[in-house]
Amino acid sequence: MELIIQNYQDTRSGFGAGLVELGRTNPRIVALCADLTGSLKMDAFKKEFPERFFQVGISEANMMGMAAGLTIGDYIPFTGTFANFSTGRVYDQIRQSIAYSGKNVKICASHAGITLGEDGATHQILEDIGMMKMLPGMTVVVPCDYNQTKAATIAVADHQGPVYLRFGRPKVPNFTPENSVFEIGKAQLIKEGKDVTIFATGHLVWKAVEAMRKLREKGIDVELFNIHTIKPLDEKSIMESVKKTRCIVTAEEHQKYGGMGESIASLLSRHLPLPIEMVAVNDRFGQSGKPEELLAEYGLEAQNIVEAAMRVINRKEIG
Amino acid sequence: MQNEKLIIYSTFAFLLIVRFSPITTLLSLIKMPEIKELNRIASQIRRDIVRMVHACQSGHPGGSLGCADLFTALFFSELQHKPWNFNMDVQGEDLFFLSNGHISPVYYSALARSGFFPLSELATFRRIHSRLQGHPATLEGLPGVRVATGSLGQGLSVALGAAIAKRLNKDDSLVFVLMGDGEQQEGQIWEAALHAGSRQIDNLIGIIDYNDKQIDGPVNEVMPLGNLRAKYESFGWKVIPLNGNDMEEVVEKLKLARKEAFSGQPQLLLMKTEMGQGVDFMMGTHKWHGVAPNDEQLASALAQLEETIGDY
Repeated sequence: MELIIQNYQDTRSGFGAGLVELGRTNPRIVALCADLTGSLKMDAFKKEFPERFFQVGISEANMMGMAAGLTIGDYIPFTGTFANFSTGRVYDQIRQSIAYSGKNVKICASHAGITLGEDGATHQILEDIGMMKMLPGMTVVVPCDYNQTKAATIAVADHQGPVYLRFGRPKVPNFTPENSVFEIGKAQLIKEGKDVTIFATGHLVWKAVEAMRKLREKGIDVELFNIHTIKPLDEKSIMESVKKTRCIVTAEEHQKYGGMGESIASLLSRHLPLPIEMVAVNDRFGQSGKPEELLAEYGLEAQNIVEAAMRVINRKEIG
Repeated sequence: MQNEKLIIYSTFAFLLIVRFSPITTLLSLIKMPEIKELNRIASQIRRDIVRMVHACQSGHPGGSLGCADLFTALFFSELQHKPWNFNMDVQGEDLFFLSNGHISPVYYSALARSGFFPLSELATFRRIHSRLQGHPATLEGLPGVRVATGSLGQGLSVALGAAIAKRLNKDDSLVFVLMGDGEQQEGQIWEAALHAGSRQIDNLIGIIDYNDKQIDGPVNEVMPLGNLRAKYESFGWKVIPLNGNDMEEVVEKLKLARKEAFSGQPQLLLMKTEMGQGVDFMMGTHKWHGVAPNDEQLASALAQLEETIGDY
């Protein structure tokens, strides 16, 4: 993949663009929003398809139940609110009315992680991937940029079953190809390499690209994957890569406990235990600040990935 | 020969009338026989409830017995649907949701006896590998159940979503949802009630089983509900009070709700019932909310409930 920044855009805008495109191509798509239409970039869908847009007010639990009910009329509901209110606040509603009931609901969650910024820890959920991946039958998708979020939004509509789609607030590098097809469950190889594999997801994929460049200056040949689907995990691609590089760094804007890194560590421990380092939030709540300041404070910068790679390569060499 | 055919045809027609609802409306002119027949079915459903709960020594007989008349009226008279051809996402049929999923015994008995699945399956209630889970679920593919319920407060939202889907589909059938009275203490109920009232979802009919009993005691001691009628009315609902253990009134009020549908308001049947109705020692107490009868108690209960159309 050619790694050139096309522009800086927010992933939530990719969701908004994907949703309105879906509205045009599929009359069964409906959208629900809990008083965050502008924040979720759902205005275009609302304007173009007012009869298929449902403002529910600040009542997320009811929104999840309504979405489950709408599937019974053969609709494909997309719910929209912040990641915090899309998961923790409504976990039992998702568990019983959606996941256990096998309902075809797409839970679309913006403002995930600490890059939400100034609003602080009440809104910066860092546990959502863990909660959602534990639910039987739930697919968990975390795209990395605008183009990929748009493609993922379109792709999840064709997937039968509940999906958690996680994206964010700040403008970040948009570098994946425009209008590419998003393949749920398939790890995206960004660059082949032989010394260490970095598995990154969401906003940290570009951070991993930056880390990869710094490591190249040190003569280290990185293999980089974008794990945009955390569940189901692309175990085959992951195992093939680690058999070659024999050491791993994971990078995500989420708690270490319950995140993508934990899923990969669990896979490795069952099949091929190898040195692994996790770049993630280490059992802390977030706080107010600018996104870049917070990424530095919580150790989620490119430099943190570089240091983790050096450590893990060292551990591999010690054997 | 002709007489023989006539007997077969009339028997078949009678079975259809008893089991499947749309045709029963034809019987509305001769009201008393229908009510009598419905009461006979309700008695059999009550037998099923105590036998099912006794067989696995777990489950919720009290609320189930209290709602046996409602379920009989719904599944053998009011609901316009095709039990023999269950389709999860069906259009053009009435939908029923049970939000207070713990009264699954009465739900399963009504479903089986109205033709959704074989009657013999009632014997598998709460047993391993059964489609009749402790609380209703869709995972095992039990015909008649469209969403899992048990964790309280969620069914009204699901019914609301299904009612909105019907409006989008220009489908003029109705959505019914039964809730418990204790369940009204859940916050999500009021989110959904607000939405339904404010958006005038008038193809939605809520029903509350108001038996004033919950696990820890009388509802109006555990957490008083205040004036439930005024609360729903202030949320934009039309409220119809009724005695849920008077078959004639239940049938009549369900018909009234259908007649009044599509008038700009969701409707609520505020249904006073007696927990444990039909079994003397289970009535007038909250103690039989979730307790199974022993052999002796089962015998005593069955002695009070006439076997009318045959035990499963």
